[in-house]
Amino acid sequence: MNDSVDPTPILEVRDLHKAYGKVKAVDGISFAVREGSCFGILGPNGAGKTTAIEVIETIHEPDSGTILYRGEVVGRSFKENIGIQFQDTSLQEFLTVRETLELFSKLYPKPRPIDEIIAACSLEEFIDRDNRKLSGGQRQRMLLGIALANDPDLLFLDEPTTGLDPHARRNFWRLVEGIKAQGKTVILTTHYMDEAEYLCDDIIVMDHGRIIESGRPRELLLKHFGEAVIRVPEAAVPAGASFSCPSELEDGFVAFNCADTDASLRELVAGGVDLAGISVERRNLDDLFLKLTGSGLD
Amino acid sequence: MKKFWAVFVARNLEFFRDRSTLIFNLAFPIILILGFAYAFPGGGGTTFKIGLVGDRPAAGSVEDVAFLHYKHLQFLPYAGLATPLDRLAHDQIDMVIDFSKREYYVNEASSNGYVLEKMFAAGDSSAAAPASGGIFSRNTVSGTPIRYVDWLVPGVLGINILFGSLSGVGFVIVRYRRNGVLKRFKATPLSAFQFVSAQVLSRFFIVAFLSTVIFAGTDSVLHFRMAGSWALLALVNALAILCMISLGLVFSSRIKSEEAAGGIMNLITWPMMILSGVFFSLEGTPQAMQIASRAFPITYYIEASRAVMLDGAGLARIAGDLGVLAAMTLVFLAAAAALFKWE
Repeated sequence: MNDSVDPTPILEVRDLHKAYGKVKAVDGISFAVREGSCFGILGPNGAGKTTAIEVIETIHEPDSGTILYRGEVVGRSFKENIGIQFQDTSLQEFLTVRETLELFSKLYPKPRPIDEIIAACSLEEFIDRDNRKLSGGQRQRMLLGIALANDPDLLFLDEPTTGLDPHARRNFWRLVEGIKAQGKTVILTTHYMDEAEYLCDDIIVMDHGRIIESGRPRELLLKHFGEAVIRVPEAAVPAGASFSCPSELEDGFVAFNCADTDASLRELVAGGVDLAGISVERRNLDDLFLKLTGSGLD
Repeated sequence: MKKFWAVFVARNLEFFRDRSTLIFNLAFPIILILGFAYAFPGGGGTTFKIGLVGDRPAAGSVEDVAFLHYKHLQFLPYAGLATPLDRLAHDQIDMVIDFSKREYYVNEASSNGYVLEKMFAAGDSSAAAPASGGIFSRNTVSGTPIRYVDWLVPGVLGINILFGSLSGVGFVIVRYRRNGVLKRFKATPLSAFQFVSAQVLSRFFIVAFLSTVIFAGTDSVLHFRMAGSWALLALVNALAILCMISLGLVFSSRIKSEEAAGGIMNLITWPMMILSGVFFSLEGTPQAMQIASRAFPITYYIEASRAVMLDGAGLARIAGDLGVLAAMTLVFLAAAAALFKWE
């Protein structure tokens, strides 16, 4: 996807397979990631997101398929070029945040200066605190700092804001935006559709180990729903009236999926629709997933 | 090397900052040693031990004295006279009878020896065989008695090394595997060899440090017998620590659950504690038990360290024990390297 924008993607995955016994956790996925973009992998629990991302990170061996980093099949040096924030991570205990960062920095041949990591992840206020005594948001910022220890070009974030309060999530988004602004490429798995819409330039939606949709979030929403949905009570629509935008019945309402909201509203008024009780909403990725799979995101 | 030291330093900081673990690791063996020293200030135990040299006399012969048939006496056969006499001098046994020369030996400073000699000389009027009077000539030896705590301290240090190494490496790696620390390291360029070797060296440093503190601390109060070379004792300890750590690596190489690790650790440690001569001598125990004890590295450690501390043994005498410890270490390391998995 989007190969036309950048002919040499920073990461390309071709026909990747990974099974555990009879369960096909990853079933032939292929995609490409543009350098400098934020690439989202969405899907419900058990969709294969984490398995896919950990195979790509070379944590697990794939059963088959190819992973290319800057056009080359990934090898031993791949780990020196990527940063990883796992979904669940424990660290060695009784170390301060600074000592933890120093530990991981020393594992790489070309580490990023610690002070830069501290600034990039806003770690100043708790840099000398025991890493067991951090709040959820502080801990995720520290883990992001660890993922940046080697100044990676490609950063994997696996559900980094799960369990954080809205304020901490927003703070984390701003950090990721800052990292993107430095030209880094981010691959993000998330349950939060607002997070994906806010951060991701491109997404894939996975279910049962397969990619069921891919593209830019806005384009996908336009493709499937139009710009917005206008809901009108069923009784407010004159019998036999027809309109240019597609519609469907939803619990006593007629939902019009509109490509142009203003034009559609004018058309509805002209067609005799009573606007009392009307609502106008943007569709989101949750709606998209519901439409694609028939089930909501967990 | 930078990666190795980073992991080494982090592991040491983790251990020394965990005060409860540190205190427990220091306090338990010290309390054990002091407790035994208080409970058994002398030679320890009340069993009478008699060393026998030469072929045991035929039933009904003149040397087959009634004393040899008394109950509750432990007779220990020896090939030569030197070893039992040395043990007699240090109060490790209570009497020696040499059938070939019709001689017996006692340590005049030994209370057990005094009682045994009375029994030996008086005989038993109900027995068919004669008493010893007139058949065996009397000899005496002298020497500094070895207290039970002198004899025990290598065993306690051995237990400390055993638990410190197995839990410090085994449990820690299993815990790291279960909670994802190993997975986090796997995501870096750190190799399994670099990680494991850093753990081994870190634990070696910690256990050696703890053993030194425990020994020095209790020695300042109890003044243990040290007949041999400190350097040789340090070598024995170093090899034993490496061996136990390697054993810990084997059992932690794949296990994910701390509960399973605990079960396996019990399976390893309890037989070692019981069958390796930590708390009591294996002399006179059933042969099967003595054969089983040869399977455990701690047996060789205890033998070698007791030989150095109590008998002043040199390198040549304990070379066999050191060789077995070194061989076991290599086997365990090879097995751990073959079996180790990050996840």
